[in-house]
Amino acid sequence: MKPKVAFFDFASCEGCQLAILNCEEILLDILNLINLVEFREALSETSPRYDIAFVEGSIHRDKDIERIQNLRSRTNFLVALGACACNGNVQARSNFVAPAVNYGVVYGEKARNRVQVDPDYWSLWAHTRVRPLDSIVKVDAYLRGCPAVPEEFLHLVKSLLQGTAPYFPQIPVCADCKKNENECVFEQGRTCMGPVTWGGCNSICVNKGYVCDGCRGSLPHANVDAHISLMREYKIDDKDIRSRYRLFLGAEPIGRGV
Amino acid sequence: MDLKAKTYTIDVKHVTRVEGHGRIIVNTKEGVVQEVKLAITEANRFFENFVKGMQPAEVPWIVSRICGICCVGHQLTATKAVEAALGIQVSPQTILLRKLLTESQFLQSHVLHVYFLAVPDYLGVKSVLPLAKSHPDVVKRALRLKKLANDYTAMFGGRTLHPMSNTLKGFRKLPHLDDVAALRKRLLEAIPDVEETVRVAQTLKIPPYERETEYVSLKHPDEYALYDGEVYSSDTRSKVPVSRYREVTNEFTVAHSTTKWSKWHRCSYFAGALARVNNNFDQLLPQAQQTAKDLGLKVPCYNPYMNNVAQVVEVVHCAYNSVRMLDELLGSGLKEEDISYEVKAGRGAGSCEVPRGILFHEYEFDGDGRCSAANAIIPTSQNVNNIEQDMKAFVPKMLPQMSKEELTLHMEMLLRAYDPCISCSVHMLDVEFVD
Repeated sequence: MKPKVAFFDFASCEGCQLAILNCEEILLDILNLINLVEFREALSETSPRYDIAFVEGSIHRDKDIERIQNLRSRTNFLVALGACACNGNVQARSNFVAPAVNYGVVYGEKARNRVQVDPDYWSLWAHTRVRPLDSIVKVDAYLRGCPAVPEEFLHLVKSLLQGTAPYFPQIPVCADCKKNENECVFEQGRTCMGPVTWGGCNSICVNKGYVCDGCRGSLPHANVDAHISLMREYKIDDKDIRSRYRLFLGAEPIGRGV
Repeated sequence: MDLKAKTYTIDVKHVTRVEGHGRIIVNTKEGVVQEVKLAITEANRFFENFVKGMQPAEVPWIVSRICGICCVGHQLTATKAVEAALGIQVSPQTILLRKLLTESQFLQSHVLHVYFLAVPDYLGVKSVLPLAKSHPDVVKRALRLKKLANDYTAMFGGRTLHPMSNTLKGFRKLPHLDDVAALRKRLLEAIPDVEETVRVAQTLKIPPYERETEYVSLKHPDEYALYDGEVYSSDTRSKVPVSRYREVTNEFTVAHSTTKWSKWHRCSYFAGALARVNNNFDQLLPQAQQTAKDLGLKVPCYNPYMNNVAQVVEVVHCAYNSVRMLDELLGSGLKEEDISYEVKAGRGAGSCEVPRGILFHEYEFDGDGRCSAANAIIPTSQNVNNIEQDMKAFVPKMLPQMSKEELTLHMEMLLRAYDPCISCSVHMLDVEFVD
């Protein structure tokens, strides 16, 4: 029987679901192999149970926690889709500021005060802090990056359809850069998060003339101390190093600790 | 049916086929409308606060994450705002490349919206999926056009989502002219698909509801304003400079929405394809003007459901205008440019039209070149007020002749016609009807 597949989103730009819709050439073939039962961005249908749930977005509010726990209880396999779901992404930078201050700055003092006193608004508005999915529920597989990489999505779908676990090697972005014969960003006189960042993106940002900012999250066992020493060698002051680590990694221990 | 029997509670908690989380609430009692509400329930992400402390070039790169569908528009608008803050001048080559990026995004977004999100309503199906079996040619054409638009964005932006090639003052990496020529050829070959899209739009039965409102868009002296211009109102028939955008948006908060609302000369205004076509019709390319005629869009048009038709008109405009701009690029060639810039304190605003309407960004930098303040006003947050006004005007007219299901569908279609982008605006939307 075709697996029941569903897509969900929490706080995010919904770009990773779009990245999947952008697999135009193979989209119809995939749809023949699965039973797509829920995808709010593109369909109106819903379903009570799923074999595979793809979840985009980070968790901010108590009611989001309830929703992701409920989702988890109704799916066999849960995939964190994209950087927001995998590691909190850029919005985790707001964790370094008190929520009340955030509301005051973005919505004004009056709205902030109402949020704090009116219980009707609390559940809708109450922002606690930005968390990746696996700080709340078990996640079975991660599609990293901002945005997620279509090739990795296809690898995951093919693996699951064949009943095998998808395999994403623990290699840094530097491995992709070597494969593409890019000149090292440090050699160009700029700094890069590539050495501590989970690869698999084909180093697309460096290929296109930019640097790696670490959107795919920190690689397990990354040698952060050596990376920070390297940044210091390149005369990057500690404040900038911290800012760099908190650009995409604000919700990770590595970003909080630097 | 007896009007007295019409006591409905319609609550569409998560409106589907829109970007983000919104809810429609309609409450009628014995044929009298009690409550119509468009609630926005998307979780906050606080972009305007967390970009503080970032370096100038990081800002456009990060704020593209406000929205996946409009990432190009957010990035370009932020780029212009930061350049205004730092007094950076850009070359004609850079402007041309950015205009190409802009139009690639219009093609991508409008094709996605018309085929995947809006057309299913008109064909009486719940999504594009059944169409893959019943109308495979339509779906395959939609995918072909979408792929072309995505490849077009990737050629100039470096990739389709959150592009990295565009930055302050210029581009980090330029495309090869051979690839540009190949893209031009593909665009020309896609013209029959564009024409078929117009024919699909001709078959849509657009609900006939009208409500005159204020139409706000950019206006440019020389061209159909998408990348640049000043802010124009159909009420005053005059323009204000982008730097005075706060006089336009006059944002305020309402209890049932995590997005902020806007109003200018009256209680609400319309931003988006219909506003642009209404305000700048004469500057559309002749092919697009003809499309408007073929589709029965006569300006000024006060029917918000016609926004879908206006999007198709813009697809035609952007397809032909892109070929024209690619010719210009192939004629002038591309050269590497210096993209270094001086950091200094300053404040600046920028505006672009994005598929869903006019977008404003503003940033301030301190003497160390760190972002110290930010503001972004998104088309959907400008539109939610107008959508709710439309609902309030239309529900009493629809109620006598429609069942609850039809009314619900028409409310959802209205919302989808605006192509709301709720991740952008809060970033979320919920539709709830209370009978």
